[in-house]
Amino acid sequence: MTTQLGDAVAPPSNRRTTARRLSTRVGRVRELGIVVALALVVIPTAIVNPRFVQPQSLRDLLLNASIVALLAVGQTLVVVTRNVDLSVGSVLGLSAFLTAQHFADHPGTPLLAGIGLGVAVGLACGLLNGLLVALGNVPSLVVTLGTLYVFRGVDYALAQGRQVNAADLPDALLALGSSRVLGIPVLVLITLAIVAVAAVYLRSYRSGRELYALGSNPEAAALAGIPVARRTLTTFVLSGLVAGLAGALWVARYGTVDAAAGTGLELQVVAAVVVGGVAIFGGSGTVAGAALGALLLGTITSCLVVLQIPAFWQQAISGALLLSAITVDRLLALRLARALRSAEGTSHA
Amino acid sequence: MRNLLRWETALVFLLIVVALTGQVSTDGSFLSGGNLFYLGLDIGEIALIALPLTLVIVAGEIDLSVASVLGLASALVGWLWNAGWPLETILPVVVVAGALAGAVNGLLVTRLGLPSLAVTIGTLALYRGLALVVLGDTAVADFPAAYTDFGTTPVPGTDIPYPIVLAAVLALLFGVALHASSFGRSVYAIGANEEGARFSGIRVKRVKLTLFVLAGAVAAVAGIVYTFRFSSARADNGVGLELAVVAAVLLGGVSIFGGRGSLFGVLAGVLLLGGLRNLLILQDTSTEVLTIVTGLLLLVSVLAPSITRRVATLRKVTP
Repeated sequence: MTTQLGDAVAPPSNRRTTARRLSTRVGRVRELGIVVALALVVIPTAIVNPRFVQPQSLRDLLLNASIVALLAVGQTLVVVTRNVDLSVGSVLGLSAFLTAQHFADHPGTPLLAGIGLGVAVGLACGLLNGLLVALGNVPSLVVTLGTLYVFRGVDYALAQGRQVNAADLPDALLALGSSRVLGIPVLVLITLAIVAVAAVYLRSYRSGRELYALGSNPEAAALAGIPVARRTLTTFVLSGLVAGLAGALWVARYGTVDAAAGTGLELQVVAAVVVGGVAIFGGSGTVAGAALGALLLGTITSCLVVLQIPAFWQQAISGALLLSAITVDRLLALRLARALRSAEGTSHA
Repeated sequence: MRNLLRWETALVFLLIVVALTGQVSTDGSFLSGGNLFYLGLDIGEIALIALPLTLVIVAGEIDLSVASVLGLASALVGWLWNAGWPLETILPVVVVAGALAGAVNGLLVTRLGLPSLAVTIGTLALYRGLALVVLGDTAVADFPAAYTDFGTTPVPGTDIPYPIVLAAVLALLFGVALHASSFGRSVYAIGANEEGARFSGIRVKRVKLTLFVLAGAVAAVAGIVYTFRFSSARADNGVGLELAVVAAVLLGGVSIFGGRGSLFGVLAGVLLLGGLRNLLILQDTSTEVLTIVTGLLLLVSVLAPSITRRVATLRKVTP
């Protein structure tokens, strides 16, 4: 950026670099904060009940968090551009039911074709969301609130009260939900792979960087020649696609699917994303942070079970966690703004 | 402004269409007193919560936690009743608790400058969680008939349910507050241009805080109504109701960006949503279709202004 300029001019840039260091630190502090929070949750639980850190229960922990983490990756892409996708729970439900029903009705379906069907369903839903937001000029909150209803309604209408059981599903699919590679569940590996791909995309690709520009200042982004509508459309398509994949994996994981799969999941996902340090007003955040947020929320749930705290506390705690996350973010941002301002003051002097 | 008027005219027109279609297709039972009574009961809570939420959205904010406050209020009613409190004490205490819940939202939004969307998604989980903590998954149902009758019988001599009377009185109060008081003007001013409002001497933070407190208090009242209507206090009462309320408010022509909308439109929106649902239920339509219709109505209501705007600009460009 302006490092050279600042360094060449004068020593007062000391405060300036302080401000810059603070700004990069804020980013890192966030992911570190979640790791610390994870430790704070896991260590006391492990002391009370050492079985909590045995490989099997750690595997369950990761497995439980992986579907929310997957959705959180797609949601991050959307939230970074200052939008939100509330329909992910319904997209997951629709994709899960259609995938399960297809496998049950056509037992010979190859594994990848069936999963591809789920992904395609998600992609179609995401495309509809994206078109409405990008071309209709309607706020995404309202559009996806509407499609949350519509997709879930279509899901119920197609299911007609039916339920697909594990016995109707091919063994290969169920194996996907329970098998492991090098001791790590396959579902977790899939989630990790997608987190990695999305992280590289957001960090190193031009269109990925443009998503941040879009979120920090949409007008400036448009003036700078960023194709706003196309990028917005892409993020919703990707979010839908990931939700579709998550639906197919949901079938693999749980085996029993009815039209209610994934109901209310959107709030968990948004909570995970925000706890993970993605600013709800766009422009900052990482997919790794969002995935860690999902892991933290999932871990808290598991710890409550282990500590025999009534599960009723779980929702209150995740709400309180979300609130404290955005509060801390806000306070840090205020401090950062103050530091930047005072740095600017000295460099002008 | 003219656009807005047109939207409300369209709503009234749609209401008449729904009423006539209902009347014809059900051989006159749609507009019968008995059915209107159930229709009124069905939209009672939505109508109540939509009132303060209209003001919140006009001011450019959003409150997604209202249904959770409803659930928390319901859980508190049950819990305090189990603890042996008299209902005369419970009801005011619960409304104050709702106002406090709203104040938490308002303080986080105004003092810390947090986006209300994020705050109220957080308190949506928090308040519902507290409701579960208070009452668990049990139900309290042994309320005296003198109270539950308010939720199941009409006002003597009419077909009007009590919750609708309550909603009508509150609608009058909120209508005057929004449309005929300086407070209401400042709500519009904040929604249209917050900075401009601040520079013209409006106490933006105080107004917003008041709106969130009102939303919490009225949501608690709706929780009490809900509890007595089903004579059952449960922590999961009204789950997901926030979506229906937001849908009704936006359908009523309130702009999600703030600064525009009227309480009359919102009442028409609530009636349209309720009437359509009721009609579909009378036609034995499945609940899944109801869900789809609710979602489509919401989409149409936000797409319509955007489309008319586009058409208008197109017309201007090509003379």
